Amino acid sequence: MNFRHRLHGKTLFLIGLMAVFGALGDVLLRKGMKQIGAVASWHPAALLSTFERTFSSGPIWLGITSLLLFFVAYLLVLSWADYSYVQPASATGYLVVAVLGYLLLGEVVPRMRWVGVLIICLGVLLVGGTPPRTTEEG
Amino acid sequence: MSARDAISLAIIIFAGTGGELCVTRTMKRIGEVKSFYPHHLLRVIGRAFRSGWMWLGIGLMTLSFFSLLMLLSWENVSFVVPVTALSYVFGAFGGKFLLGEHIEPRRWLGVVLVCLGVLLVCIG
Repeated sequence: MNFRHRLHGKTLFLIGLMAVFGALGDVLLRKGMKQIGAVASWHPAALLSTFERTFSSGPIWLGITSLLLFFVAYLLVLSWADYSYVQPASATGYLVVAVLGYLLLGEVVPRMRWVGVLIICLGVLLVGGTPPRTTEEG
Repeated sequence: MSARDAISLAIIIFAGTGGELCVTRTMKRIGEVKSFYPHHLLRVIGRAFRSGWMWLGIGLMTLSFFSLLMLLSWENVSFVVPVTALSYVFGAFGGKFLLGEHIEPRRWLGVVLVCLGVLLVCIG
């Protein structure tokens, strides 16, 4: 396996991990914030109370853990691949978010939103066909 | 989308993208990670956290995170997360003008399609 194939393979693997952990993290955060309730007041005492309830919530901590795993994969892939390649390519997570939101949280996802998400993925496919790095090393 | 949602979204996008650009700058200076052994990874993470750009990036990403939590307390995740894809516009411009990356026409087309998708998500 030559250098370019190896680079492309490990880039796609880490972007896959980013999509799964990122989407799962966001869904868990929504689950936690739904349980806590909408932020309805900007009074410092109310915000402090929301802050305390947020960081004593199980789903929020699971979500943060999932997002930390996303972040580790993100840091690793950014050490060799372009930011403007990694950021759009990781957008496959949008489809995963919509599917998990629908399946796990029972969210109503209108048809137009599904079409929008699929168009985002089409954009991702185009972006994924370009080289992972265009700048010089070092 | 309410004004409250729009302000939260703007903070998520600008602070999030700014933070990611700072983190990218740090990781590019460190160089490609070639070994995935835990002690090698810890050394890379240690080097990253000795950079001021890394801490600025983390500060901006934290601000973006709290704004995301607030928006998620108001709206569904299947709406919030796709809408944040507007950051692709800023990401592509940031990559080109701040990091000197070459953005091919095909990659620009992908970014435009992503934006069109976000628009449909908003309409839906």
